[in-house]
Amino acid sequence: MSERLTFIQGNEAVVEGALFAGLEFYAGYPITPSTEIAELLSDRLPLQGGKFIQMEDELSSMCAIIGASLTGLKAMTATSGPGFSLMQEALGYAVMAEVPTVVVNVQRGGPSTGLPTSVAQGDVMQARWGTHGEHAIIALTASTLQDVVEVTVQAFNLAEIYRTPVVLLLDEVVAHMRESVRIPGPGDLEVVGRLHTSVPEGTDYHPYLTREDGRLPMSDFGGVHRYNVTGLAHDMWGFPSNDPLVVYELLHHLVDKLENRADGIAMYKEYFTDDCDILLISYGSSARSALHAVEARRLRGEKLGLLELQSLWPFPKDTVRRICEGRSHVVVVEMNFGQICEEVKKVVTDQSRVFLANRIDGVIIAPADIERILNVIRGRGA
Amino acid sequence: MAVKGYIRERFFPHLWCPGCGHGIVMGNMIRAIEQLGYSKNEVVVVSGIGCSSRMPGYLDFHTLHTLHGRALAFAMGVKMGRPELKVLVPMGDGDAVAIGGNHLIHAARRNVDLTAIIMNNSIYGMTGGQFSPLTPFGKKATTASLGTIDHAFDIVELAKGAGASFVARTTTYHAKELVDILAKAIDHKGFSVVEVLSQCPTYFGRKNKAGSAVEMIKSYQAMTTPIGSKKKKENPELLERGIFVDEQWPEYVDEYQKMMDRVRPARQTV
Repeated sequence: MSERLTFIQGNEAVVEGALFAGLEFYAGYPITPSTEIAELLSDRLPLQGGKFIQMEDELSSMCAIIGASLTGLKAMTATSGPGFSLMQEALGYAVMAEVPTVVVNVQRGGPSTGLPTSVAQGDVMQARWGTHGEHAIIALTASTLQDVVEVTVQAFNLAEIYRTPVVLLLDEVVAHMRESVRIPGPGDLEVVGRLHTSVPEGTDYHPYLTREDGRLPMSDFGGVHRYNVTGLAHDMWGFPSNDPLVVYELLHHLVDKLENRADGIAMYKEYFTDDCDILLISYGSSARSALHAVEARRLRGEKLGLLELQSLWPFPKDTVRRICEGRSHVVVVEMNFGQICEEVKKVVTDQSRVFLANRIDGVIIAPADIERILNVIRGRGA
Repeated sequence: MAVKGYIRERFFPHLWCPGCGHGIVMGNMIRAIEQLGYSKNEVVVVSGIGCSSRMPGYLDFHTLHTLHGRALAFAMGVKMGRPELKVLVPMGDGDAVAIGGNHLIHAARRNVDLTAIIMNNSIYGMTGGQFSPLTPFGKKATTASLGTIDHAFDIVELAKGAGASFVARTTTYHAKELVDILAKAIDHKGFSVVEVLSQCPTYFGRKNKAGSAVEMIKSYQAMTTPIGSKKKKENPELLERGIFVDEQWPEYVDEYQKMMDRVRPARQTV
């Protein structure tokens, strides 16, 4: 209703989505190409009573948003490449202590300082496995700025529903390009708030006792329930435990709550998949080139389709397997050495039909790069 | 309320070694909170990793046991999230001035209203007795069997230099002084640093032939003196105890609130 039409940058779309979702606390450290998120929020959060702090590094930024989230605030940080590496220890803490948080990683070229101002999608596996130990995680991505707004809102929702950190895995092209975006008005998108415990004061509250529906209601620090939060393996009280049964159940809970719901969490878009022979699978800015290639070949009567993934983790296995079923070829389009391509190969029946169209040189993959792979598949040479 | 009213008996016995000084710090921290009259719901205790950092689990406050060295960073989020809460941050050698040293100086620089309680036992206890940035030059540890060639930090000078608005030092021997200093530190508006010399007979004591826990506590009496005392002039080797800095400077969360109050009405009319 009261939606606004704007012409903005991807990082600004993240800010719009986060504020729509009810962001109340941001901590961060400047790093290219995500810095605009911090700049914009330093200006906008104080205006609406929200808190902004520029911390001394990325790890402390992640720590600060966990602390703020425990007081009941919706909290986010944003970073890129090296900063995401620094956050990994605290990201694991948010997984273990089950603290809703949103972490934006605008991917740039790596490893190390790499290519600070160039595009890459090399952090897909880092988002999955960057922090040590067995765990599960949610990672979302988007290719258009309208989607960035909506996926950002969903990142906050999933963080609350599953009491987990959610990684918003964007890339430099999406973050820095400009597009028209309709900023949603109140009520246009669903916003999930914090689930608070109904346990009354004076009755024991167990912060880590899972409800029948799998959710764990929270109690804000400063409220009537006093409990312990730790990164150690812990029991339902949040108290450290190394009892094998407690540890077994905790690890299963942390992994199962996401992996068993992978297809419920799955977010994706399908283009021309009803009748396609060749299916492209892509995400982020790569998906824009993939869609261009599909549309161009459709005009020539060739049956191509595109599956654009918006949730990368937990990997939507059943969804990908179903949509890949019956295709002559599957081409995964991404800017790395095949991080999602390998996941696709794990779930399809015939791995020899899965191909990779990629670039890893800091230049966005173009429709022509995808064409070359399609020509090889069709036996027409590169 | 007795000290017992502030602890989670369910989780006892605690894991500290016999003779460890950390229990004395915990008990007197509770006494200080009681003296100030805070309700248990008003207090948050945030710690890192190590022997000292196990303290929050035993306390019936809102308690947050975090990552090694990062307690102050988590505490920043808690304090900004709920400024009305009293946030105490007990830390050990590593948390405060090794892996977490950067967060200490930045929290001090911002003058955020947190109380950092640094239990200096001159050793890494949890990992079994390695030297720390607080191990005096020449002392022995499992990673310095020939004596450390590292120089130790002086926490008081470090905190002063970084801009802490309240800086104090005492020991586990001086229990009443400890309650008094902790109460003043917790009540202080701004970043306060309290260094408490806390004996580790198991590792530091054994490695350096410092004697029993009782002998180690008594040594704190012999090796320290109140700030500005005549004894210090006679023997410059003595370590001074007491409150070194107690100033009122603009506090971070207050300043944030003022900034919001300044911009909100003005910008809303645009």
